[in-house]
Amino acid sequence: MSADEVRQAGLELGRNDLLTHEQAGSAIFGFWVFLMSDAVIFALLFATYGVMLPATVGGPTPADEYKLVPTLIETVLLLTSSFTFGLASVAMKHGASRRQLLGWLGVTLILGIGFLGMELHDFMIMFSDGAVPSRSGYLSSFFALVPLHGLHVFFGSVWIVVMMVQVLTFGLDARVKVNLQRLGLFWHFLDVVWIAIFSVVYLQGMIQ
Amino acid sequence: MTDGILPAVLGRFEWQSLPFVRAWEHPNASEIVGAGAGAVVIIGAILVAALITRLGKWRYLWSEWFTSVDHKKIGIMYIVLAFVMLSRALIEGVLMRMQQATAVNSPGFIAPDHFAQLFSTHGTIMIFFMAMPFLTGLINYVMPLQIGSRDVAFPVLNSVSLWLTAAAAALVMASLVVGRFSTGGWSGYPPYTELAFSPGVGTDYWIWAVTLGSVGSTLTGINFAVTIYKMRCAGMRLMRMPLFVWTALCTSILMIFAMPPLTVATALLALDRYLDFHFFTNDLGGNMMNYANLFWLFGHPEVYILILPAFGVFSEVVSTFSSKQLYGYTSLVIATAVITVLSFTVWVHHFFTMGQAADINAAFGIATMAIGVPTGVKIYDWIWTMFLGRVRFTVPMLFSLAFMMTFVLGGFTGILLAFPPLDYLAHNTLFLVAHFHNMLIPGLLYGMLAGYHYWFPKAFGFRLDEKWGRISFGCWVLGFYLAFMPLYVLGASGMARRTQAVFEPSFRPWLYVAGIGALLLAGALASLFVQLWVSVRDRKANRVFAGDPWDGRGLEWSISAPPPEYNFAVLPQVNSRHPFHDGKRQDDPYAPPRAYEDITLPRNSMTGPAIGILAAAAAFGLVWHMWWLAIIGALAISAVVIARSFARDVEHTISADEVQRTEQRWLRAAANAAPIPRELEMTSANQGLAEVSA
Ligand code: HEM
Ligand SMILES: [Cu+2]
Repeated sequence: MSADEVRQAGLELGRNDLLTHEQAGSAIFGFWVFLMSDAVIFALLFATYGVMLPATVGGPTPADEYKLVPTLIETVLLLTSSFTFGLASVAMKHGASRRQLLGWLGVTLILGIGFLGMELHDFMIMFSDGAVPSRSGYLSSFFALVPLHGLHVFFGSVWIVVMMVQVLTFGLDARVKVNLQRLGLFWHFLDVVWIAIFSVVYLQGMIQ
Repeated sequence: MTDGILPAVLGRFEWQSLPFVRAWEHPNASEIVGAGAGAVVIIGAILVAALITRLGKWRYLWSEWFTSVDHKKIGIMYIVLAFVMLSRALIEGVLMRMQQATAVNSPGFIAPDHFAQLFSTHGTIMIFFMAMPFLTGLINYVMPLQIGSRDVAFPVLNSVSLWLTAAAAALVMASLVVGRFSTGGWSGYPPYTELAFSPGVGTDYWIWAVTLGSVGSTLTGINFAVTIYKMRCAGMRLMRMPLFVWTALCTSILMIFAMPPLTVATALLALDRYLDFHFFTNDLGGNMMNYANLFWLFGHPEVYILILPAFGVFSEVVSTFSSKQLYGYTSLVIATAVITVLSFTVWVHHFFTMGQAADINAAFGIATMAIGVPTGVKIYDWIWTMFLGRVRFTVPMLFSLAFMMTFVLGGFTGILLAFPPLDYLAHNTLFLVAHFHNMLIPGLLYGMLAGYHYWFPKAFGFRLDEKWGRISFGCWVLGFYLAFMPLYVLGASGMARRTQAVFEPSFRPWLYVAGIGALLLAGALASLFVQLWVSVRDRKANRVFAGDPWDGRGLEWSISAPPPEYNFAVLPQVNSRHPFHDGKRQDDPYAPPRAYEDITLPRNSMTGPAIGILAAAAAFGLVWHMWWLAIIGALAISAVVIARSFARDVEHTISADEVQRTEQRWLRAAANAAPIPRELEMTSANQGLAEVSA
């Protein structure tokens, strides 16, 4: 096996350290597998949501509760944050200044927090309408699926903070780089899940 | 709930939560059995702790075992856990058999609620805390050695998985001492397990124990799969992997995809119980069929998670003890993969009677029967492997043979149950109980025990006692047939499962036979412990330090027994399916390498045990509504994870000198050992060096 074969594609880890490249390969691959298993959880919650959609038992319905404008803004925020994370990854790969990397991470964080704030606000409005999970099977399934995604975004945000601190303490050593790349995968994954939520949950609900 | 600091601290704990208080207030047989079991847990824990203190071994245990991230030690700890939990669950099985035998038109000695806890804990433990740890431990120990690797891909994560599993098992044990366990069976079906019908702590114990265990298994699956994909030694192509590694890979893939449905099922049930959601309740649009689907979407692949590794063990054992290469390697690999895929297409057969259309039942019935085909292929392959081989009837081989006979029988009754109209008659009876024990005891337990006997000399450097092994084997086989064949008759005559009392006198003789069988099974487990004792006592006579007691074929036999911490002084390079078997015949596998190098290994870590303890505390807090404990536990787990990501000094190096010293000691021993022919492998002459015939 030559060094080129095992070199980890997305990272500049330094040329000669074969072992680090191998470990980085396993680390990133392992994270992909983890995401796959997480995706199964979301898939099952989507299925549950689909099954329970008719179970409104006289309570609030999707058409009553979903609002196009705020969810569209949330979508834009999250998609933009994926783009800015992409810029952070590019900054890391091409050895741009640490300030630039931290800057893009910071912007991503702010967008993520903005998304969370708006989503919480949506939930508050639903709650004040009496659209609470204890009201019906449909609302139970909504509040298991969508907030779980929100929780992921929250963890992702905490993770961004942790990584910013690590960039400051360690600089860009191999482990920081690998973890930043995993965080990137995680963040983009949340985007994909959100797109599914936006189309399957919100758009579909508003059409009905 | 309202005032006072005590409820805030203790949640819903009260004195009656303690079985001892209950037994004091109502001293009947059932409560006394309960209190006795609680006392056994407490006294056992105190005795073990006292013994360790007396021997001054706490530091040793902590630094050499609990914090270890070495896959070999983690594997051994998993198997120790499995044996502890097997002992408890087997005693519970015996208790249930005794109850039913004595409860024909009489109340027996165990109250209905207590009986329900018995079958719930027995089933839950056997699946999640006996079978899963056993196979995870075996894979952990053996797989990295077989693929020529120094560890798994994520050693610290491996330790986290172990301690999450141990925390979950501890939770089940705690339910003996504080509170009660669930009465909802191992499958925990709502709406019965909803607050409306099961308001107590029991279901919550079940939910959190199963959830922790399932998260642990998901992480294990990821870890193993990545290890097998990424860390094989040079030349170890996929189609050169030992069959045990193939089954480990397929089991890991099943874990990655099948554990999440379980996590979702238990999490949604928890939302129902804790936050008044309505997923599975009878009112407000809940639908328990969602639970049935989620649970069995996990549950059926689970049985293949359990059985595939055992298939792997049998493949290794049959080939080694027939001195032949595995017949039909490729077909075995394909059969394993086919089973893996098909296992996701049959889950509805667990609820044929729950209301879907007949066409759907027919489709799932046919899919179920189809799984019999690849399984049959495997049985024939093993038989052909033995054909014209030099078969030796050692204990692992005996277990393999008993498996083949018994498993086929269980497979036939499975085909019967796969006919939906027939299932309408037999479901929920002891016929089903007989069927799945008929699959799981040979297809899981015998496999694990065969693996235990087969690789024990590798792990500890001495062979297990053959005589006691045979006694134990005899008890397992005879006990199994006596304990479970009568259940087919009883089930076909209509005796329902999970019943505490029996009202049909003609069932009595069958229940007696089953009771005797259960006692024999207890004797089988006891013989295993005697065997361990005797083998440790006589270990000097049975050492196999040279490392190859059975004329093995795979890489795991090419190193010393027990293996050094780093497994391989030089990472092997293979060019066939049987690298060590061929190596022994082509040149000297005990020749020292040209040079030794420094070896870097991961350092011990407290992360695993810390997360395990905190997870147990948080889960305990959730069960008892001690919210402070749950919150502190959860926050502390996050803190540990973040702190770990800051750790940088995570490796240590073994110097080339030390490697050389360790290796030379072994090579000298191998040079001085007498090569022995196969007839002598069960005698003290066996020092772990095989006589090689071409
Ligand atoms: C070795 C001796 C064993 C004995 C004596 C035994 C006995 C029993 C008995 C009496 C029951 C209750 C039957 C009923 O519902 O009336 C039961 C249920 C069960 N057993 Fe075993 N068993 C043994 C081994 C195993 C093993 C090795 C496994 C799995 C790996 C296992 C898994 C189960 C499960 C899943 C249930 C169903 C629990 C429920 O109803 O929710 N058992 N067993
Ligand atoms: Cu099944």
